[in-house]
Amino acid sequence: MLSTILIVFFLATGLFFFLVGTVGLLRLPDAFTRMHATTKCDTLGEGLVLVALIIYFGPTLLSVKLFLIVVFVWLTNPTAAHIIAKAAYRNAEAEGTKLPEITELKE
Amino acid sequence: MTVVNMAVVVAASSLALLTFASLYRAYAGPTAADRVVSINVITTKVTMLIVLLAVITGQNMFVDVALIYAMMGFIATVCVAKYIDRGELG
Repeated sequence: MLSTILIVFFLATGLFFFLVGTVGLLRLPDAFTRMHATTKCDTLGEGLVLVALIIYFGPTLLSVKLFLIVVFVWLTNPTAAHIIAKAAYRNAEAEGTKLPEITELKE
Repeated sequence: MTVVNMAVVVAASSLALLTFASLYRAYAGPTAADRVVSINVITTKVTMLIVLLAVITGQNMFVDVALIYAMMGFIATVCVAKYIDRGELG
């Protein structure tokens, strides 16, 4: 009974963050702010849904695999966001958009 | 059908709808960076869908598929972002 409540709670919270990230992706004005919204999907949404499934499967090998997915995603998504932000900054610079000066990103 | 199974089915269907919603940004995004951001988030959502499918169908091998899919999505994002940045994949 307790595990049912916990699973439904974590699934609902994860879905809430996915919803927030999608609304941000569709409504916010430029690539950087959109990235700010979608990284919530990647970390909190994915993490909470997987925590719900770890509770569902209990202490088995599958839970270890799910935990591996959590670790992998939490390592790779900040890296991907960093690379996308760098590319977006240089691209906007090349197209002549006004952005704050960041000397480290100009090589 | 238990409460948990129903919750998982509802979660999977709403995730599918959200995936289609973010597909709009990949189609209409004004710059290439917007499209990369959108494809990255679609990859995350599809990974979650595959994991939820493992619960719905009861076939546990889908969890392994999700792990590999997450890795491939990361590689795809890094490749496209590098291509936007430098104009080549060096």
